[in-house]
Amino acid sequence: MTSEQIIGKAVPRKEGWDKVTGRAQYIDDITMPGMIYGATVRSSIPRGIIRNITFPPHIPWDEFVIVSASKDIPGKNLITLILDDQPCLADGVVNHPEEPILLLAHSNRYLLRKAVDAVVIEYDPLPAIFTIAESENRAQIIWGTDNIFKTYLVEKGNVDSIWNDAAYIVEGEYTTEAQEQLYIENNGMIAQYDSSHGITVWGSLQCPYYVHKALMMLCNLPEDKVRVVQTETGGAFGGKEEYPSMIAGHAALLAMKSGKPVKIVYDRMEDMTATTKRHPSRTRHRTAVDRNGKILGGEIDFVIDGGAYATLSSVVLSRGTIHAGGPYYWPHIRIRAKAVATNAPPHGAFRGFGAPQSLFAMELHMERIAAAVGISSVEIRKRNFLQPGQTTTTDQVIREPIDLSRLLDRALELSDYQAKKNLFDIHNKTASQKKAIGIAAFLHGAGFTGSGERYLASVVGVEGLPDGRVRVLVSSTEFGQGTKTVLSQIAAETLRLPYEDVEMAQPDTETVPNSGPTVASRTAMVVGKLVQSAARGIMQTLLASGSLNESYSREDFLAACRKYVAEHGELKSWARYEAPPDIFWDDQRYRGEAYAAYAWAVYIAEITLDLATYTVTVDDFVALQEVGKVLHPVLARGQITGGVAQGIGYALYEKVVWNNGRMQNGQMTNYIMPTSADLPPIRVYFEELGNVHGAFGAKGIGELPMDGPAPAIVNAVADAAGVRFNSIPLLPEDIFSVVSAAAEEADHVPQGVR
Amino acid sequence: MSTPPTQCEISMTVNGEKKTVHAFPMARLLDVLREHLRLTGVKEGCGEGECGSCSVLMDGNLVNSCLIPILQTQGSNIVTVEGLAQGPQLEKLQQALLDCGGAQCGICTPGILMAARYLLNRKPRPTLEDIREGLSGNLCRCTGYAQICDAVAEASVRENAL
Repeated sequence: MTSEQIIGKAVPRKEGWDKVTGRAQYIDDITMPGMIYGATVRSSIPRGIIRNITFPPHIPWDEFVIVSASKDIPGKNLITLILDDQPCLADGVVNHPEEPILLLAHSNRYLLRKAVDAVVIEYDPLPAIFTIAESENRAQIIWGTDNIFKTYLVEKGNVDSIWNDAAYIVEGEYTTEAQEQLYIENNGMIAQYDSSHGITVWGSLQCPYYVHKALMMLCNLPEDKVRVVQTETGGAFGGKEEYPSMIAGHAALLAMKSGKPVKIVYDRMEDMTATTKRHPSRTRHRTAVDRNGKILGGEIDFVIDGGAYATLSSVVLSRGTIHAGGPYYWPHIRIRAKAVATNAPPHGAFRGFGAPQSLFAMELHMERIAAAVGISSVEIRKRNFLQPGQTTTTDQVIREPIDLSRLLDRALELSDYQAKKNLFDIHNKTASQKKAIGIAAFLHGAGFTGSGERYLASVVGVEGLPDGRVRVLVSSTEFGQGTKTVLSQIAAETLRLPYEDVEMAQPDTETVPNSGPTVASRTAMVVGKLVQSAARGIMQTLLASGSLNESYSREDFLAACRKYVAEHGELKSWARYEAPPDIFWDDQRYRGEAYAAYAWAVYIAEITLDLATYTVTVDDFVALQEVGKVLHPVLARGQITGGVAQGIGYALYEKVVWNNGRMQNGQMTNYIMPTSADLPPIRVYFEELGNVHGAFGAKGIGELPMDGPAPAIVNAVADAAGVRFNSIPLLPEDIFSVVSAAAEEADHVPQGVR
Repeated sequence: MSTPPTQCEISMTVNGEKKTVHAFPMARLLDVLREHLRLTGVKEGCGEGECGSCSVLMDGNLVNSCLIPILQTQGSNIVTVEGLAQGPQLEKLQQALLDCGGAQCGICTPGILMAARYLLNRKPRPTLEDIREGLSGNLCRCTGYAQICDAVAEASVRENAL
């Protein structure tokens, strides 16, 4: 097999056989001798002081292992991440519903459930706040001195100078709601402790070294006495980025106290109500536009609701801030962004990570600008698209030869946009089922923002095995997206070996280096590039050893590798991330190269709005994107169709119903995600410009498809209804209320004014 | 306090083998399969019959095993994902799912396979609409279903080419 046949080829998914036979072992499939079960007693109120905890006598409490904040934490009562503000167990006060207070363990799961329900916690409630507006008003200060986790200010040019030159000043306010990740495998962990080895946890997670760091602090153990092993993970989407540290901490505390292996697996309702969701957001735009529809500049005010603790909100805010200007050229801009506290469970990572929120606002606002100027949705975008040589809102020069107008034209052609638009204009005059077609254009930065990759300084290893094959050593995790497959392809291509000769080590902090968290669309691009370097190191070592020639065959490589391992004991090669010299980021002023590469996309949604039921059906969906080199066409398509499906859910199906900071519909019965019968054909197209910073030209791909569906769909719904929408989700009742409010308003406008 | 229920003896055929288990009458088939028989390919996603991850065939019908009390399974014939492949070879449906990219994180995959098996058993040449309808009781958060539907169509072609 020549190298060209591996990259870009649909090789079999590495762990695919295990998955289609039912043999793949997820955390709940694993048991250990003597294992008992753990569970969490949580707060029932959003904010207050814990006055008293009582254990009613009908439960045999002496059979239980009980862990409380004050007595049973060997280290610091923290889930360490960015700011150390989130306790592992509430100690005296609670700041959100479902906050962990006590841990219980028992060998009988059914009795355990009864015991959790039996614990009586009395509180002195404190006033709580639940919305961005309430947090900004500071009626209650619930975090720090001002309820603000983080702010950013991005300034380019002099936005104050432009307003007088504007032919139009267009304003808008847009909001998005929370969204549940809804991986089908609930969160779970098993922990085991003994004094010689320390603590080991196995579980469903994205970031082994986040958990590792958190456990060191919580359990007061040195680095080599904490081991974290990822088991097969049944979906994550960001939802298993930070919260697994909490569950691992709970299981670890119970294991340390009991001396037995402890399994904690959440049921669906606990997972939905207690763990993270996508941040709700509010974006305000004020834009100056010239008579031709060219943006002169503007102000964007972007706020996200972080919930009760800081967790990842500052980073989510960062990505949302940098994407807030969309794929457009802004000569002058000021973006003010902040993450605020409310008494909801902390919001967290979810595919897109702030960008779907701010891009939703941008793409709705473009329609508003187009309407003000009196030009089409297509024309407004073409007149403002970023072009090579121009700078983004953070002054990053676009160096790649991206032609967004051409990308848009191709999407229009693929969706038959203009013909359909003309047809629908005629159709809608008489039909009660209105049809429309909407556009969203967007970008998504790959890898950590700004200096993030520099700070992470990820390390990747490749080792030669005694049988001559090679193994890739990374903490990057597989949770459906294809990490194992793609990184194997990269190693195989680099070493000119068949794909089957590369295996992936299980992510286990005892055996793999810290290749960084599996987030931020960074795996194929950043980690992939490091795998390439480490694999090259193996090849160079073997070439230098004299037992391999440049023009080697597979058999030559295996023989040389076997020989080297036999003679030297091991053959390992490491690669550490080094920032490219042309990547510069100023953390203080928030300027510079925000991302080493961007993926670019135009999505087009065709919908039907039924004015009898106010339901929207997506009839066709075109997803066209430039993502650098497509390493694996089947996996890449799967990333896009899956992301688009989540985006359709975000726009039209998925609504978290809150009451006093607690999710009321934490079940699959009443939090509705799309089924196979709900979705349109999702037509996926790629362009491949390449990327010097990624392995074989790859960019990030995982998050991109989450950004575009919601604005494309809502733009279409607005067109069909003839009414503006400013928020998602749009369930039938939401559409009904907006449409009927608009109709009522129209009735009250005096004739002359209309 | 009420007296605790007594366990019952249940005999059934699971993946072609006779099995006898002792369980409480209202124990879920899901738990009996996973814990008594260690058939952990049967997954729990929601525990309320919404997600379909625990789908198995019971006397040829597609059921959510989280909703079946074990008492109902006396004498029945159960097939789980572990019973699909005979020997080391994958069956055509499993292979098609792999080839078409229908399995991503894999947690819904066993249930999807059982729903697809049930569909193809009843309708060897399903239309795309049949497939979308036939899989609509199985939630998948990764794929957007497109490649799963492709896989079922492909499996139909391969099975009918016998």
